[in-house]
Amino acid sequence: MSILVGSESKVICQGLTGRQGSFHTEQCLDYGTQVVAGVTPGRGGAEHLGLPVYDTVRDAVRETQATVSMIYVPAPYAADAILEAAAAGVELVVCITEGVPVLDMVRVKAVLAGQNCRLIGPNCPGIITPGTCKIGIMPGFIHTPGSVGIISRSGTLTYEAVWQTTNAGLGQTTCIGIGGDQLRGMNFIDCLALFEADPDTRGIILVGEIGGSDEEQAAEFITSDVTKPVVAYIAGVTAPAGKRMGHAGAIISAGKGTADDKFEALERAGVTTVRSPAELGSAMAKALE
Amino acid sequence: MNLHEYQAKALFAKFGIPVPKGRVAVTPAEAIAAAEALGGEIWIVKAQVHAGGRGKAGGIRLARTVSAVGEHAEALLGTQLVTHQSGPEGLPIDTVYVEAAAAIERELYLSLLVDRSAERVVIMASAAGGMDIEAVAADTPEQILTATLHPAAGLSAYQARALGFGLGLTESQQRELADILGKLIKLFHACDASLVEINPLIVTDAGSVVALDAKINIEDNALFRQEALQAMRDEAQEDRKECEARAHDLSYVSLDGNIACMVNGAGLAMATMDLIKLHGGEPANFLDVGGGATAEHVTAAFKIILANDNVKAILVNIFGGIVRCDLIAEGIIAAVGEVGVKVPVVVRLEGTNVERGRQLLADSDLGILAADNLTDAAIKIVALASDEGAAA
Repeated sequence: MSILVGSESKVICQGLTGRQGSFHTEQCLDYGTQVVAGVTPGRGGAEHLGLPVYDTVRDAVRETQATVSMIYVPAPYAADAILEAAAAGVELVVCITEGVPVLDMVRVKAVLAGQNCRLIGPNCPGIITPGTCKIGIMPGFIHTPGSVGIISRSGTLTYEAVWQTTNAGLGQTTCIGIGGDQLRGMNFIDCLALFEADPDTRGIILVGEIGGSDEEQAAEFITSDVTKPVVAYIAGVTAPAGKRMGHAGAIISAGKGTADDKFEALERAGVTTVRSPAELGSAMAKALE
Repeated sequence: MNLHEYQAKALFAKFGIPVPKGRVAVTPAEAIAAAEALGGEIWIVKAQVHAGGRGKAGGIRLARTVSAVGEHAEALLGTQLVTHQSGPEGLPIDTVYVEAAAAIERELYLSLLVDRSAERVVIMASAAGGMDIEAVAADTPEQILTATLHPAAGLSAYQARALGFGLGLTESQQRELADILGKLIKLFHACDASLVEINPLIVTDAGSVVALDAKINIEDNALFRQEALQAMRDEAQEDRKECEARAHDLSYVSLDGNIACMVNGAGLAMATMDLIKLHGGEPANFLDVGGGATAEHVTAAFKIILANDNVKAILVNIFGGIVRCDLIAEGIIAAVGEVGVKVPVVVRLEGTNVERGRQLLADSDLGILAADNLTDAAIKIVALASDEGAAA
C-alpha cells in the first residue's frame, strides 16, 4: 500500500516539451511511472518521448483518463497551469516549479478551496511510491519499497531521510516533498492523516525547517490524531533571523518560526526529534523496534 | 528586495496615498536646495538605509533653519548608520530625504502583508503607532487590529469601518483611511509587495491622515515581472557577497563563523550549518549551489566563499541524486584548481557513482579530503578548522 499515487496512477506532464519537463519525464518513464501524455499549448498533435502532446489539460484528460498532473512550466505560468489542471478535473496536481510568486499562490489557494483537487508543491521534488510510481525530480534509485512514510519541506534533505531508511532496511511506503514556499498545497497535516490511515505505513518521518508555523500545527495534529511513531528533524537552528535561507518560506520573521520552537512543539507532542539529520534513519529504526 | 523610504513614498504618491512633501539629496548643497524648494519653517532630514530603528540611531534629524538642514546632511552622508536592525557594521548613508515637518496629532500603525497561515493578504493596524510594532504585538496583542482580504472580494466596507472605529478615527478620517486602504491594496498587488508598512500613519493637527513613513518590500519570486522596481535595487545596502551570489543564481547568506559550506539544496544547506554547530564549529555562511551543482556553479561558489577572510576550512556537501557523483567530483576538482583554494576542503558526496567520485577526489593531489558520511564530514571539518585557527 501507499498513499496518493501507485502503479494504477495515470500521469500527464504540463510542460513536457521543455528542457526540465523532457528530462524528468524520461526519468519517470524509466522508473515505470505511467506517464500517458503531455500538455504544451500550441504543440497539440505532436509526439514527444513517445507520448501524445495536447494543447489543453482538458483534451489530455479526456483522451487518457489521467488523474494526476506533474507541472514543470516556468514560474510565470505555473499558477495558471495549476488552475487549468484543477478545472480539467485532475485529482492530484504536483507542481515542481520553483519561484512562483506568492500572490499567485494566494489566488490559486482560494480557487482550489472550492474544488476536489489536491495540490503538492510548488517548489518541491514531488511524490514517489517506491517501485511503482515516481512523479518528480527525486533520484529513483535511493528509494526502496517499505514501511516508512516521509514528509518534507526540503528536496535534498528528503533524499537524506530516504537514503538512511533504505540503508536501515526499512524502506518507504510513499515520500512527499511538500515544498519550500510560504504558501503550498498539501501540508504536513494532510499527509500525516493519509499516512495514519495507510495500513502499510508503520512510522512517519517529518522533515521541517524554519519559518511559518506548519510544524507547530503538525505537532497539535499528531497529539490528537496520530498513533504511529513520528521522527522529526528541523533544519535551521543556526539560521539568522530575518534572512531568507534559499527557500522563500525559510525565514524567521518577528522572532517567529525558529527551529527551537518547532523542536519544542514536536517534543511536547511525543515526537522523537533528532538534532542531526544523520540520525533520521537510526531513530526511525529504533522507534519501530 | 527592499526599497528606500523615498522610493516607497514616490510609489505612494503615484497611487494617490497622501505623504508629506519631500526631496532626495545626495550632497549637503542638494539638501539645502531641497529645503528651500520645499519651503516652511521646520524640516526633517532622514537617512535612507534599508533598516528600521533609524530614529533611535540618530538617522532622523529635525532642522529649524535651512543651514541646519545642510549641517545634518553633512553629518549623515558618507557615514554608516548602525541601528538595531542593521548589523554591527551598519549601512551606508548615500542619500538623505528632506521633508517638510508635519504637525502630528496622533501616531497610528498600518501594514499589509501576506499571512502564511491565513494564505491571504492581511491588513494590520494599531492605535499604538510610532513604536516597535513587534513589541506591541507581544505585550498588548489586543491593540493590534487585523482584516483578512478575500482574493475575490477584496476589502469590504465593513472591514474598513471596523479598522476606522478601532483606531478611534472621526467620520471624515475614517473616509480618508478607507481611501488609503483601497489604494494600498492596489499598490500591494501592482508591485508584488510582500510587505507595505506605514509606521507611523499620522493624523495631522489639521485632522487629515498622512503616511509619515513608508516601507515596501518586494517579493523576490515576482521580480521577473517588476522590471521598473528592479531598477530601484540599491546594492550598496546589501551584503556584497550575497549580491555576487545572486548574479550567479546561487543562494548565499553571510554568517559569523569560520567554516564555509557549499551544499546542494536549501534544506540540506541549513542542516549542514546545524551539523557544524552540533559538532562544535561555527558556520561562515549558508550557500545553496542548486540541484545540479555544475562545475560553473561550484567555481563561482568557491570564489564567493573565499572572499570571506574568516574562512578556515570548507565543507562541500552534495547529495548527488540524478547528477552523477563522478561528474560532481570533477567539477569540484576543476574549481579548486582554478580558484586556488588555500584552506582545507572536506567533501561529502552521496548518490550515483559515489565510489568513483570519492576516488577521483582522493587521486586529485589537491588535498581534498573525502568524508564517508554526514557525521564524519562534520567531525573532520570542525577538527581542521580548529587546527587552522590555532596555526593562524
